[in-house]
Amino acid sequence: MKILVPVKRVVDYNVKVRVAADGSGVETQGLKMSLNPFDEIAVEEAIRLREKGVATEVVVVTIGVQAAQDILRTSMAMGADRAILVKTDDTLEPRAVANALKAIVEREQPGLVCMGKQAIDDDMNATGQILAAKLGWPQGTFASAVTVADGRIEVAREIDGGTEIVSLALPAVVTADLRLNEPRYASLPNIMKARKKPLEMLEAADLGVDLASRLTIVSVAEPAERKEGIKLGSAAELVEKLKTEAKVI
Amino acid sequence: MTALVLLEVENGEVRQASRSALTAAARFGDVDAIVFGEGASAAAALPGVKRVLSVPGLATDLAEPAADLLASIAKDYSHIVASASASGKNILPRLAGLLDVQPIPDVVEIKDAETFVRPIYAGNALATVRSSDAIKILTVRGSSFDPAPKDGGSAPVETLDAPASEKSVFVKVELSASDRPELEAARVVISGGKGMKDAANFKLLEPIADKLNAAIGASRAAVDSGFAPNEMQVGQTGKIVAPELYIAVGLSGAIQHLAGMKDSRVIVAINTDPEAPIFRVADYGIVGDLFEILPALEKAL
Repeated sequence: MKILVPVKRVVDYNVKVRVAADGSGVETQGLKMSLNPFDEIAVEEAIRLREKGVATEVVVVTIGVQAAQDILRTSMAMGADRAILVKTDDTLEPRAVANALKAIVEREQPGLVCMGKQAIDDDMNATGQILAAKLGWPQGTFASAVTVADGRIEVAREIDGGTEIVSLALPAVVTADLRLNEPRYASLPNIMKARKKPLEMLEAADLGVDLASRLTIVSVAEPAERKEGIKLGSAAELVEKLKTEAKVI
Repeated sequence: MTALVLLEVENGEVRQASRSALTAAARFGDVDAIVFGEGASAAAALPGVKRVLSVPGLATDLAEPAADLLASIAKDYSHIVASASASGKNILPRLAGLLDVQPIPDVVEIKDAETFVRPIYAGNALATVRSSDAIKILTVRGSSFDPAPKDGGSAPVETLDAPASEKSVFVKVELSASDRPELEAARVVISGGKGMKDAANFKLLEPIADKLNAAIGASRAAVDSGFAPNEMQVGQTGKIVAPELYIAVGLSGAIQHLAGMKDSRVIVAINTDPEAPIFRVADYGIVGDLFEILPALEKAL
């Protein structure tokens, strides 16, 4: 079975972005960019399934700018076998990304699509579900554990009240939550090896799919800042303040 | 215009976050409600619901049959709304995929019928977006809309058949039993972080939570370290809470954690590190050892 892992290049999770002065978006110029943390977990899970003998090949794909090659190399240094860059300079919405990914799925015919549940830039948490719907495949979102057997995948899902387990017929789409695994670090020899692994480049426009946006960004603003409060000396003083000043207890 | 709101019913009551979604949906006009599984009567009692569509045959929230059913009735609605819960985030984007719509997740403000505000970059920016889709599909943050009252209405109930689901089968669910209020609905939340040191120490939060009728939360670091179960995580990718009082104990205040609680009315931080970012959003802070402060706090309450 082949596993396709869609990945996204995002502003590193440690970097706090600034809203552009003209309110048109956020400043990303010159910021450290990384593989989206949830996608890193998805890459790791796919590699583990290959190591267990469940999968035979792990293919990573990203829809993004030329520079997004770096996260594909990172994924291959972790252990993915090959990569596809679908090039576009436009910022695509989840619906458009799902359309592009569907075209790649039809070409690659994977038995499983494993991807992060959410990108930490637009925080949409939607691409996996949209892709699954468009493919007519079942979905296992917010996965914290997966087991593949007899043409099905059992997915433990993190839900509001606890954990739910569903059994999906393959092919399926699984989206990774934080506790699915702890991704490995790429070793130096593997980073060197990854440079020689195949990286195919396609133009998004050549896929012949609808990449249009349905949302127009009217403005982007800073959220209201909280004022730094005061430091207190004791728990008793805190309770006093909560009662008399904040009047919250 | 008529909106459709997806309501989640738990133990015979419509979840508070779903009642907030109803408040949001009512901004668009008349509201029909849909309930998967049992609970149509609780939905029918909500004032402002014009009609309840009951799907008792879909007892679990499997996204595949739920989205199929929603897609089959979607053309009657201008907006389809759910709370930004695990269930809402599972089903509604799939529905959007079936209808070729770009969903609008985590809405915190409705400007007009097609313009919405949603946080991006872990809440470090607020984007106002206008949708050109004929049917708007959105999930809304419970903390941003007042919940509709529980009763006073008497909407008629129509029963719909559940579509088959062969590719996706529900196996089981393990819910953590707790007498405490739900995290998203609690008036007071007390959360522990990595500074709690181990799972046993999380119990130190319980007597204080008991006194304040608080829900107990955890930072991602605490959950990752196995101190607390995943459903307790507050943050960008966990629960988003905005209680009257949020008490952060032994947690540093990473960006992704702040994203889940910084809209709380009053924030208290207890941490040994005076430089911890949590103090920058806290109204009241105590720098010190939580193992000394927590028992003192329990006594002072």
